[in-house]
Amino acid sequence: MKELLLIAIGSAVVNNVILSQFLGLCPFLGVSKKVETAAGMGAAVIFVITVASLVTAILNNLILLPLNLTYLQTIVFILVIAGLVQFVEMFLKKAMPALYESLGVFLPLITTNCAVLGVALTNVQKSYDLLTSVVNGVGTAVGFTIAIVILAGIREQMEYNDVPESFQGMPIVLVTSGLMAIAFFGFSGVI
Amino acid sequence: MKQTPFERIMNGLFKENPTFVLMLGMCPTLATTTSAINGAGMGLSTTAVLVFSNLIISLLRKIIPDRVRIPGYIVVIASLVTIVQFLLQGFVPAINDSLGLYIPLIVVNCIILGRAESYASQNGPIMSAFDGIGMGLGFTMALTLLGAFREILGAGTVFGIAIPFMTQPATIFILAPGAFFVLACLTAIQNKIKNGKKKAGLPVKETAGCGDCATCGKAGCGGKFFDTTVESK
Repeated sequence: MKELLLIAIGSAVVNNVILSQFLGLCPFLGVSKKVETAAGMGAAVIFVITVASLVTAILNNLILLPLNLTYLQTIVFILVIAGLVQFVEMFLKKAMPALYESLGVFLPLITTNCAVLGVALTNVQKSYDLLTSVVNGVGTAVGFTIAIVILAGIREQMEYNDVPESFQGMPIVLVTSGLMAIAFFGFSGVI
Repeated sequence: MKQTPFERIMNGLFKENPTFVLMLGMCPTLATTTSAINGAGMGLSTTAVLVFSNLIISLLRKIIPDRVRIPGYIVVIASLVTIVQFLLQGFVPAINDSLGLYIPLIVVNCIILGRAESYASQNGPIMSAFDGIGMGLGFTMALTLLGAFREILGAGTVFGIAIPFMTQPATIFILAPGAFFVLACLTAIQNKIKNGKKKAGLPVKETAGCGDCATCGKAGCGGKFFDTTVESK
């Protein structure tokens, strides 16, 4: 139990998926203008990463490992993840229209988000079992949500600031992310 | 302009440089430029994948049905990435260890899928291969430059060789925050150039930035995996 908790905290804040591993920068910079949309994106990412790490862990442990096909990991994972996201989208549209309304727009954006594939590959590299993989996945996704919501909050406030002309737009967001990354260094003593 | 192999290479290196001009593939750009040699390693691995994926996809462009073209491209790219990963493991294990997770993640690099979708699927194999070489070299050049820049500021060395007058390097530049600061300066310079052009009344080409998922080459992040809109084209 203690081990699982350590893995979850480690992947959520200490080795934050965006601020120290640079995975999933695309949505981090693109969908962080408002706290509301950022939270929606975060929720969608938590959902997809959890399902994806479960499915890839099952595939890896039950099919690829016993058959000695581990060299197919990259191909299998990316295809499974991409197919899965689209399946989830179709399922939500049909079965839970309310949830689809709030998460639907973000789902296609996550299809080839490198964070999802990154988590699946990290699970394999560290040879986590099924439960640990899912915990690591959830932790990583929560870390993503924390980072994107904080950035969105800062960006909302930054609207009123007087930013030098050349730094308007993306550069100032990147500087903000850099400062956030420094702040997240503070967590490295936790574990 | 008429497309020649030379023009394709120059286009990738300067006119449409994937990092400095188009701002594609930012994840590996930030993550692997901790030193010049890492940047060059990542750039060359990506180049190898890009050249062959462009070549193969261009050869298969009339065979792959339109509806499942993205999964088709991804299978080709993922196979090539696996090959490159094995070659690196076998011949340059040091680079493989320092790049680690980012080698298999070349699969989801926007540049590769973007070039497959926007160039290789519409042009002949030879031109596509040269387009891959140009884009790949442009990416390699950008990564090596950024890596060298961060290494000089952060460790006082370049390609592992100590620079005499850099006695007190600022370690932060080879850590995660430094990557964001370097990229911030880079985009600020880009903005400066663009603003200058706007003031002079020159046409400005909007960049498909990775910060803007909607324009990130639809195939890369915003596109649907199984394209269900083909009929309406």
